[in-house]
Amino acid sequence: MTSSVLRLSSITKRFGPLTANDAISFELAPGEVVALLGENGAGKTTLMNILFGHYVADEGTVEVFGEALPPGDPRAALEAGVGMVHQHFTLADNMTVLENIALGTESPWRLSLDRRRAAARIRALATDFGLEVDPAATISALTVGERQRVEILKALYRDARILILDEPTAVLTPIETEALFSTLRKLVAKGLSIIFISHKLNEVLAISDRVVVLRAGKLSGERRTAGATRQELAALMVGQEVAPPAVPEVARGPVLLKLYGVSTTGRGTRQRLDDVSLALIGGEITGLAGVSGNGQAALADLIAGLEKPASGRIEIASAAIADWSPRAALAAGIARIPEDRHAVGTIGDMSVTENVMAEQYRAPRFSKRGFLDWKAARAFAEEIIRDYDVKCPSPEARIRLLSGGNMQKLILGRALDPDPAVILANQPTRGLDVGAIAYVHGRLLAARARGAAILLISEDLEEIMALSDRILVMSNGRLSTPSARGERSVRDLAELMAGHGLEAA
Amino acid sequence: MMEAFEILFTASFWVAAIRIASPLIFATMGELICERAGVLNLGIEGIMAAGAFAGWFTVYSGGDLWTGVAVAAATGAAFGLLHATLTVPLGLSQHVVGIGVTLLATSITYFTYRLALPTVTSPPKIEPFQPLPIPVLSDIPILGEALFSQTPLTYLAFVTVAVVGWGLYRTPLGLAVRAAGENPAAVEAQGLSVTAIRIGAVMAGSALMAIGGAFLTMSAFNSFFFEMINGRGWICIALVVFGSWRPGKALLGAILFAAFDAYQIRLQQVTGGVVPYQLFLMLPYVLSILALVLVARRATYPKALMVPYQKGER
Repeated sequence: MTSSVLRLSSITKRFGPLTANDAISFELAPGEVVALLGENGAGKTTLMNILFGHYVADEGTVEVFGEALPPGDPRAALEAGVGMVHQHFTLADNMTVLENIALGTESPWRLSLDRRRAAARIRALATDFGLEVDPAATISALTVGERQRVEILKALYRDARILILDEPTAVLTPIETEALFSTLRKLVAKGLSIIFISHKLNEVLAISDRVVVLRAGKLSGERRTAGATRQELAALMVGQEVAPPAVPEVARGPVLLKLYGVSTTGRGTRQRLDDVSLALIGGEITGLAGVSGNGQAALADLIAGLEKPASGRIEIASAAIADWSPRAALAAGIARIPEDRHAVGTIGDMSVTENVMAEQYRAPRFSKRGFLDWKAARAFAEEIIRDYDVKCPSPEARIRLLSGGNMQKLILGRALDPDPAVILANQPTRGLDVGAIAYVHGRLLAARARGAAILLISEDLEEIMALSDRILVMSNGRLSTPSARGERSVRDLAELMAGHGLEAA
Repeated sequence: MMEAFEILFTASFWVAAIRIASPLIFATMGELICERAGVLNLGIEGIMAAGAFAGWFTVYSGGDLWTGVAVAAATGAAFGLLHATLTVPLGLSQHVVGIGVTLLATSITYFTYRLALPTVTSPPKIEPFQPLPIPVLSDIPILGEALFSQTPLTYLAFVTVAVVGWGLYRTPLGLAVRAAGENPAAVEAQGLSVTAIRIGAVMAGSALMAIGGAFLTMSAFNSFFFEMINGRGWICIALVVFGSWRPGKALLGAILFAAFDAYQIRLQQVTGGVVPYQLFLMLPYVLSILALVLVARRATYPKALMVPYQKGER
């Protein structure tokens, strides 16, 4: 095929003993959207980083518009018309949209940067492709969705003909995802080719023309989207069929945590809570849905002890709480699975052992007369690694080297080990692959079965609806009335998420 | 007591303040460039000493004054290259490397001085830069005298602030330098080399630090002696923070500190030995700590300051 705009030929990349990409080849046609599907750690991002020149492949070649691309040179990739939207945005937060976009586009020896021309060009591109953003705005003031638009504009500003998007929807709300898809369709209409990296099957089916599936660094299959089914793709991706979680009937327990009309002042620019009342009941999963930034983080902070109520009160097992802090929350038997496992859940450069004992290091189990008992700590780490099926080289390994799924398993193990009464699971499956998600769900359901009260905060409505015994929707810092399993439809919940009908609640 | 205030309205006080500020301005701009690119350069104290000696010795050996300034700058850039090689591509601790460069540059300077001038007892003198009053402007009372009857090197200091300010905020190169200090990954994603930008910034910054040192031996005084930098480099690091990493504010900080310094010398004379002079010596430092506490709390520092960047790291 001579009409391909991009050709990867038997790309192989090794990181030490790990082969991240094993002789992968595929092609991209003009105006085509190819989805690169695979679990986390399947090698998708590595492959694209090689294409973009961040990494140098051990073997294989990349050809763009028939020309071989020199390895390890992002500038060459940019000049050849390849633009990349990284999963972790590469934006300088304290600088403006215009500065981020114009960076590196003009000769560094020019005596001045033509801001007016750049701003006009950015505005024109923004209107053409539905990427509205103010060129003069500072990045730190933008929402995640807006930052992604800036990333796409960066590529378009350089006349990219091939756009690579690495897990673009991982950080977006359903509404923002729709807007992104509409932008991508406009780009394709202009003749751009797109590589869309994802592990979400419904998105892949919605946007792509063709699906290339990676599994464990190898190309496991390739399908036309038109004829492909979810099951088929899932099987290619995971290597086995995945069943939805079974949620058995469990006897209700007592109310384990209760909030009475709690309001908070809000940390920084976060949405504050406004008169929130909530009861978490043993043997129940309470699902909290909502568009990101509507107070879910504030509620999670409150329950985790990071924030104190400004008014209202907290009761745990029917006892009022006087002094609220993270330590008090832990002592009260609240387990926390934080939203951001890298920034909050773990300390990246410390070992697995140190991370798993971080919540209990003061307990007699791990410290004797003020000295840490490393033998006990290591045994505990090994126990969690074994029980939770964590893939890691050793308990001494730095935790940041683990994949997201394995990191989350360690956090689960740490949180669930003391058999907590209350579990705060904030986005517990965000960014995880199908296998790891099923695992996390299984563990949460097992905790429910032994009588724990679980608050599941998620932006994934499917997850909320599959697991929750009761569903609440948060909008603008306020909670909706609860609904039982199956009582409200997706449409009803979406209405509540958009803030309609909450006034009556 | 009145005398203490009258000092503030004399031209000679402000002339001295601007003179004392000049080396600080050069070195502060140098440090600011390094830090804006993400590299803390603690080599500043030693690089200033090396610049002070290199410039002075060039003139002493028969070179003209501007050649001396150029040699000082080149010496600074060379130490900058050493610092940058260790901290940027190799990613070593910027604290340790910086202190190492300060110790190395200071010792090499003293050693070279002894090698070159083994027998002298009192430091030899050169003919330094002379004040060059700018016609008309220097006739303006106090302010005009203070600003426009200085040596050419002081004028260069002010020009440097303007160039650094323009360069950082108005040019594509400055944009790249600032981005390298905020988020190096953004720089690489746009096809630029973080390593090249950071090495360049540290070399340019170090050259300015060395010119700041050379100001002492070639404009403020006319000879080189040991310990003459006397902590000025460390003050400049504080001034960068005080200025919130902005050239204009850092310039104000340098003048403010210099004014305190000039003031305390005069205050010593006024009080005539009643108050121990050490108290006055302390004054500028105490006041700069206070100013730092008040100003720097709200400062937004470059996000990638002191964070090494390695391409292709997982």
